[in-house]
Order: sequence, then structure tokens, then C-alpha cells
Amino acid sequence: MSNIFTDTFAWLADPQQWSGSSGIAVRLAEHLQYTALVMLIASAIAVPIGLYVGHTGRGRVAVVAVAGALRALPTLGLLTLFVLLAGIGLMPPVWALVILTVPPLLAGTYAGVSSVDRNVVDAARAMGMTELQVLFRAEVPNGLQVMSGGFRTGILQVIATVSVVAYINLGGLGRYLFDGLVLSDFPQMLGGSLLIAGLAIAVDLILALFQRLFLSPGASAKPDRSQPAAVDLTDPVTAEAVVQGGTS
Amino acid sequence: MGWFLANSGHVFDLAGQHLVLAILPMVFGLLISIPLAQFARQNSTLRSVVVTATSLLYTIPSLALFIILPSILATRILDPLNVVVALTIYAVALLVRAALDAFDSVDDDLRQAAVAMGYKPAARFVQIDLPLSLPVLFAGLRVVSVSNISLVSVAALLGIGNLGMLFTSGLQRDFVTEVVVGIIAILVLAVVMDAVLVLLERLLTPWSRASTKPAGGASA
Amino acid sequence: MKENHHRILGRRAFGGIAAGVGLAIALTACGGASDPLGTAPATGGTATGSALVIGSADFPESQILAEVYAGALNSAGVTASTKPNIGSREVYFKAVQDGSVDIIPDYSGNLLLHVNKDAAEVSAEDIFKALPGKLPEGLAVLEPSKAENKDAMVVTKATAEKYQLKSIEDLAKVCSELVVGAPATFAERAYGLPGLKKNYNCVPKKLEPFSDGGGPLTVKALLTDQVQVADIYTTTPAIADNDLVVLPDPKNNFIAQQVLPLYSKAKMTDKARDALNNVSRILTTEDLINLNRAVSGDQKQNPKDAAAAWLKDKGIVK
Repeated sequence: MSNIFTDTFAWLADPQQWSGSSGIAVRLAEHLQYTALVMLIASAIAVPIGLYVGHTGRGRVAVVAVAGALRALPTLGLLTLFVLLAGIGLMPPVWALVILTVPPLLAGTYAGVSSVDRNVVDAARAMGMTELQVLFRAEVPNGLQVMSGGFRTGILQVIATVSVVAYINLGGLGRYLFDGLVLSDFPQMLGGSLLIAGLAIAVDLILALFQRLFLSPGASAKPDRSQPAAVDLTDPVTAEAVVQGGTS
Repeated sequence: MGWFLANSGHVFDLAGQHLVLAILPMVFGLLISIPLAQFARQNSTLRSVVVTATSLLYTIPSLALFIILPSILATRILDPLNVVVALTIYAVALLVRAALDAFDSVDDDLRQAAVAMGYKPAARFVQIDLPLSLPVLFAGLRVVSVSNISLVSVAALLGIGNLGMLFTSGLQRDFVTEVVVGIIAILVLAVVMDAVLVLLERLLTPWSRASTKPAGGASA
Repeated sequence: MKENHHRILGRRAFGGIAAGVGLAIALTACGGASDPLGTAPATGGTATGSALVIGSADFPESQILAEVYAGALNSAGVTASTKPNIGSREVYFKAVQDGSVDIIPDYSGNLLLHVNKDAAEVSAEDIFKALPGKLPEGLAVLEPSKAENKDAMVVTKATAEKYQLKSIEDLAKVCSELVVGAPATFAERAYGLPGLKKNYNCVPKKLEPFSDGGGPLTVKALLTDQVQVADIYTTTPAIADNDLVVLPDPKNNFIAQQVLPLYSKAKMTDKARDALNNVSRILTTEDLINLNRAVSGDQKQNPKDAAAAWLKDKGIVK
């Protein structure tokens, strides 16, 4: 028992593990690269739709239903399917993860826009703003706090699930889980897990700090929402709350 | 479709195993989370410790947990118990939060009224707090249900029987149909479980139906 | 308010579908009821009579062999169930040791290398002779079959011509330019990167790890030149189907690999032993290729059905 943990720390502390083409530094960079790619594509899809639905209120039921259904999709199944259909390489696994990442981003964006006090929106309209101005000058700034909550949930989910792409011969920190698994090398697996968990927590802390420093709490935000408990939003209950309209 | 019909026995067998591996952790998770949440409600320090600790658990990759548990639990490596324990840990991570929110959602005036009526703490908890927190608790359970049903499939990488086997086998045999059947079966399980939970919630909270508009078509 | 609002949304979303899948609940319940965890004998702790659990590794051929063993045992009156897709040898070996499974089809050479990294034996006979002394307490092997399935260095015809590859020896000159596709275990197994270096002075540019046990992804990667050399098992029908070249191995990096049952002595009986030896007497390499084709080829036969058909064909099951 105890030697698994000491072995793991020895593994993590070994400078050799950190360098080279399969070293931790490279794996970490790959992991972040996949995460960024998935987030970029998923945001490009989810944000416009979320803004549209949030602003117009059209298609709300469909968005909630689709987001719920997508969330039930098994990562491993989707990954396998895409690779069998589209072959190996970077993009098939990335697309599989995009599909899984769109729901929290979509829900977060939608919830952010619709969480803005209707009086604020009406006032903006009364001031003579066009619909686009209402969206980008009133709804988006005020809903940003909730939106960034969805974004944080999404990015943490991606950091965790990107590990699975190592099942299909991509890199990333997940490599240590799968290589450790087939070689029955527990320290490697445990070390890899700690790195993934550590990365998730570090990224979330940075995002929480960013959220606190640069985002206005928003006209509709409740005080408890700005509480940046480090890993709160890893937690799908919060994610679910975001889906359900921004209050929990 | 042809493959599914020819192998339906196999698929149903895997679905049954899948369901057991998904449901047991929900039950255990609930049994652990409710007292834990009650305990954490004592003061704000305890509360943030419990919430942070349980949320941290959620960042451990599931595959790693499945593998590492045998050396901690002294179980055999292929023991489905490892999966049950791992998913129970995730369920607790989610449900403690839900249970805290759920107990918070109970109007404090009601509690006070119960105390005034002479309820002892235990009786008050069982007869007032718990029933009234059911709607929020069920919202949490529904999230756990979807997440568990999806996560169980990862255990197939370790040879623990469930619908995820259709993914590993489909990949090894270059067989898209098998993978698609697996995905659909998991979606069906998720929807069925969700419907069961909604139904269960309605049965357990008859009073909330009176205050809710009758939702058409929801009767399963 | 918000609460009700979302619940109504949820119900609308799922309500319609929920009614439609009512039937599925019933069916699922039936399917699951028969054997909830599917592993009762494996997990029960207490041995349930003589019921045996046959495990398998994470590639189709191993699953087929496990079904063949189980079918033969059941037909001989020994209750046996299967537990497929356990993982690599590093994982399933432990599963046999800790009693999670009782028997697993294995390959003699790699099994020997697993228990003795420095094994020098090369021939089938020597390997089989060396095994009993090296296996840990409580584990043993039965008679080997004639059927053999080795790891092999496989290239496309084009690659073979381009680099003038006649055998693995010719790889040495160009090795540093080539990417090898193989299971992740190849990095550490004695015949893997260490063996290539030791026997052929070949250190590839990179190892691309694949999790499909030399299956379709590995073959696809080879055909699309994402990897130039692949570790593919010799009984893979894709080798012939795609006109791939298996590079000869003059230095015997890949030692003999006869299919044989690895078992835990705890639950082995004479009856079970006879049934398995009977399978090993009959099984050939040709059979393995045909079985693999039935399961992984266009037919996509279930491993259990393919095994049953073979057992019947050979008269093992009446």
C-alpha cells in the first residue's frame, strides 16, 4: 500500500519523467493543446446558439432537451464511433469531445443571457438600442458571470475527458493511465491521475481568479454566485443548476 | 438492426450488468451523503471542508480509480465491487452538494414550527426535513444517474461486464454497428432511469403535484 | 417558481420518450435478472462447486479461445463461464493469480517471457519445458496446441520495396526513420523495443501505441503510412487481405508462441483437464485465422457463436 504512494512520488519526482518526447512536460502541453482546441470549436458552436436562444427565448425547450441527451452520451462510445468512422488522427477524437462539451457551454451561455433582469433589458430597449446592442451591451455584460460559470464547468470537463483520447493513440496526460494500465504500472497510473487532477484544479483556480478580477458580478447575479470555491464547478450539480436557469 | 436482433440476448445481459453497476452506487451514495450533509451543516467550516473534499474526489479520473481501488480495498482486480466503490465516490461527490442544497431549501420557519410542535430532532428530520428536501435531492440523483450510466462504460476497459464492452469489441473488430448499439442502449438506459426517478419523485412528493401544473404526457 | 419551471421543462423533454421506452424497461429487467453482475462465480469468494471462469485478454482471438475452452468444458459436463476483455498479460496474469478467473488462453513464449524476462529459450519444446519451473506457485499450464500466433513486424509491400526489406535485419539501417505501431506494452516487453534493440540494433523513431490489439486501427495506420512498421499478430486475416509483408525474424526475437491454457491449480479437475487437452490436440493455426476472420471480418460473428460453430465442426461438441 504505502509503497505504491512512495513509488508514485518517486515517479513524479524523477527528472527523467519530465523530459523527452514522452515526458510529462510534453504530455502536459499536448493535454492543454487538445483542451484548447476542443474548447475553441465547442465555443464557436455553443456561444452563438446560446446567445440566440437566450436573447430570443426561441428553442429553449429544444436546447434543454438536446443538452440533457448529449450529456448522457458515453465518452468512450462516441470516441470509438468517431475513430471507426473517420480514422485515426487528431480530429476524430477532438470532434467526439466537442459534442460532449457543447452542452455545458450552450447551457451556460443561454442561462447567462436569460438570467439578466428583464427590467435591465427593457430599459436598454427603451433607450433605443437595437436588438444586437441589447444583446451585447446589456445582456452579455450582465450575464457574463453566469456564462463564465458554464465555461469553467466545460473546461474542467474537457481536461478530465481529454484523458480518454489516449485510448486512441493520441498523447496527453491520459497516456500515463493507459500505458500504466496495460503494463500494470500503478505508480505511473496514479502519477498520471494526480497530474490530471492537479491540472484541473490549477486551471479552475486561475479561471476563478480571472472571473473575480475582470468580470463584473452583473446586475442579476446573486451574492453567493461570486463565491469562487476552487472546484465547485467541477461538480455537475452546479452545472445542472446552470442548465436549469442559473440559480441553485 | 440485424446484428442487434441476433445478439439481443448478449446486449440485454450487458445492459442488466450495466444497470446494476450504475444503480448500486446511487443507493450507496445517497446513504452516505445524507448523514454527511447533515453533519456538514453544523457549521460553515465543516461545510466548506466537506464540500471541497468531496469535489476534489471528482477530479480523479475514473479509469485510475477503477485500477487503484483494488490495492486500497484489497479486492480482486476484476471485482465489480471496485467499480461500485469508485462510482459511489463520484455519487457522494455530487450528492453531498445536492443534499446540502436540498436541506437548505427547506424553509426554516417550518423547522421551527416542527420544533414548537414538539418534534424530536430525529423525528423532525425524517418527517419534515427529508420529505421537503426530496425535490432538490432528486434533481441531484438525476444528475448522478446520467453521469453514472455514462461512466460505467469505462469499466469495460478492465473487462468488467457492461455495455461499454460493445465499444471495446467494436473497436477491436472495426464494427461500427456494435458501437452504435452500445451508445443507443446507454442513452435508453439513461432516459429510462430518468423517467423512473421522475416517477419516484412524484410518488414520494404527492403534495408538490397539487402546486404544479399537471405536466402532460409525463406519465410513463 | 424556478424549481417548477425547470421540472416542467424536464418532463416535457423526457416524458414522450419515456413512454416509448416502457417496453425497454421490461426487457432490460428480464435480461439483467438472470445474472445481475454476470460474474457470480468470480466474485463470490466462496467457490461454487466446480464452476470455472475462463478469462480472456483484450483482443478478439483471446476471446474466441476463451469461448472455445468454455464451450468444450460445458460440453464435458464442467460448468464454465467466460470473462472477456480483461486486459494485457500484465493485468490478466494477476487475475488468474488472485482467483478472479481460473483459466485463460495464453501463448507459451510470451507467457515465459512474462515470468522470466531473460528467458533464452526459443523453440516451442524448450519453452514448454521451461514454463513449469518459472510459473509462480499455484499456476500451471496444460498441453500446448499446434496453433501458434506470434507478434510480428509487418510492413506494407510498398514499404518493403522502398527500403528493400527482406527481414527484420534489414530494418536496422532505416530503423531511426520509421514509426512503429504496436500495443503500448511493446515499449517494455522483452520482444518489443528492448528486443529490437538487442537483437537487431533497431531503435525506431517513435512508438505509436494502439489499444486495439493489432486490430483495425493498427492496420489502418499502416496502410495510410502513419506508421511504417506494425506489430500485428500472425493469425490476423488482414495480413493476407491487404497483401502485407511479415518480416522474417532470423534472430528469433519473437520466440515460439503455442496456444495453451494457463490455469490456477485451485479448481482444476481431471475432467476439465481432459476437455482442454482435447481442444489443444485439435486446434491449428489455420483454425485461428479462420476464427479470427469469422469474428473480425465482414461476418462479424459473435466470438461465442464462432467458437460454438468450430467446436461442433470438430466434433468436440455434439
